[in-house]
Amino acid sequence: MIAFEAVSKTYAPGARPALDGVSLTVAAGEVFGVIGASGAGKSTLIRLINGLETPTSGRVVVDGDDVTALGVEGLRALRRRVGMIFQHFNLLSGRTVAQNVAFPLKLAGRPAAEVKARTAELLARVGLSDHAAKYPAQLSGGQKQRVGIARALATGPKVLLCDEATSALDPETTEQILELVSNLNRELGLTIVLITHEMDVVRRVCDRVAVLEDGCVVESGSVEDVFLHPASETARRFVREADGEPAAGVGLEGRLVRLTFRGEATYRPVLGEVARATGVDYSILGGRIHRLRETPYGQLTLALTGGDVEAAIARFQAGGVRVDPITPGEGA
Amino acid sequence: MMGNIDWTEIGQATLDTLAMLGGSMVLTVLLGLPLGVILFLTGRGQMLENRLANGLLSLLVNILRSVPFVILLIVMIPLTVALVGTSLGVAGAIPPLVAGAAPFFARLVETALREVDRGVIEASFAMGARRRQVVLWALLPEAMPGVIAAATVTAIALVSYTAMAGVVGAGGLGDLAIRFGYQRFQTDVMVVTVVLLLVLVQVLQMVGDRVVRRVSHR
Repeated sequence: MIAFEAVSKTYAPGARPALDGVSLTVAAGEVFGVIGASGAGKSTLIRLINGLETPTSGRVVVDGDDVTALGVEGLRALRRRVGMIFQHFNLLSGRTVAQNVAFPLKLAGRPAAEVKARTAELLARVGLSDHAAKYPAQLSGGQKQRVGIARALATGPKVLLCDEATSALDPETTEQILELVSNLNRELGLTIVLITHEMDVVRRVCDRVAVLEDGCVVESGSVEDVFLHPASETARRFVREADGEPAAGVGLEGRLVRLTFRGEATYRPVLGEVARATGVDYSILGGRIHRLRETPYGQLTLALTGGDVEAAIARFQAGGVRVDPITPGEGA
Repeated sequence: MMGNIDWTEIGQATLDTLAMLGGSMVLTVLLGLPLGVILFLTGRGQMLENRLANGLLSLLVNILRSVPFVILLIVMIPLTVALVGTSLGVAGAIPPLVAGAAPFFARLVETALREVDRGVIEASFAMGARRRQVVLWALLPEAMPGVIAAATVTAIALVSYTAMAGVVGAGGLGDLAIRFGYQRFQTDVMVVTVVLLLVLVQVLQMVGDRVVRRVSHR
């Protein structure tokens, strides 16, 4: 649905590029996350998709159209197929909730009767039918973002771009908005690209993720892989931010290993079974049990001592548990 | 106490002041609003960024704003005669009033437009708006409270300009104050004209504030 082909973007001649040779693809119907610190190039990346920014080199292809080659009218047509929501909502303060939602339809010159019916339908979808006549200043942050979402959906887009859409919201509201976004993905088959600096957002809603640092994609893959086995230092840092610092295990006896359980294995009493069968003792140095979208997972850092450590590791692996050796001080 | 006061003359002068104010205000908005919008749009980082056009317009505005109004009144007499056929009376006052107030109003409009959240403009483009739609349907409506406040300030500045226009024979309350109150030492006429001007300014400010509150939903 969306493809970046060696895309670079430099704002001023000679300046450090905001994006440097980024290539990635987003499949139709998936939720794709881009995570990075501020200044990593996330905002630029998402704005290249609907042509709010133009690349200095490379191509961006969205729904079969080369965004950079589109004229003014082509770009307008594309933007009706690509909705966007924002961190600060960007609602028109002088228009009511209903008028805000109707705005993209009026811009497209749709007949009044259609605008009215569609607006009512959209407000019902985001649960704001009772607030149609209010002005944005009278709404809470979560309600404002719902208006933003309804507005972004007005022209029936195939793609929804979320620009730090939950960064200005409290945790509870964030949860509600992410759930709404997930539902839209499932029910409407919407392709979603979201940028964020919070790994937690990625973990809750994304199928795949790209980690951006200094304008380059340093890691990408399924959320499970990146989250459970981050390969880059940047990804590890984001995972630590989401989960807290695990115990380092410095100065402990024995073999340090990290076990990763996914799906059903998470709930089986594997540790005890293996310990009894092989005579290995274990100390738990750190651990987490959580969910990635619908998949439960657990990760434990252990120090294994005594007994047959090799046999224990083999048994873990046979039981569907991934075992990674770790060196003290490396962290999870 | 009020021996020198000719109420018919004061009534006529009041009507003249209102006519000058109304006529010049309408033209000031008609000229100043587009000028302010163009100043904003051609500014740095804006959608029609154009350094040459912005520089030239900005220079013109600055020149008109830096000439003291009394001087502008006199300097413009030939142009005024060419435009409206006379430099006297209400009609003769309107061209210099507009030349003095429109650049002032344009600058205030430019400032009001700068206050509009850039995110709202970006969101409008992201929804597929044309530039013209962004300006007319998003930028100007969002800036409306600021624009109305700017119009109020401009109208009040115009009240004092109309008084000055009296110097070159425009008529109105200012003219009355100068000819009778000042040159003939008729203090009572002076007091009455000043009170009337004060009431006029009060009313303009109140109406302006009320409209701003009406259109503001922040």
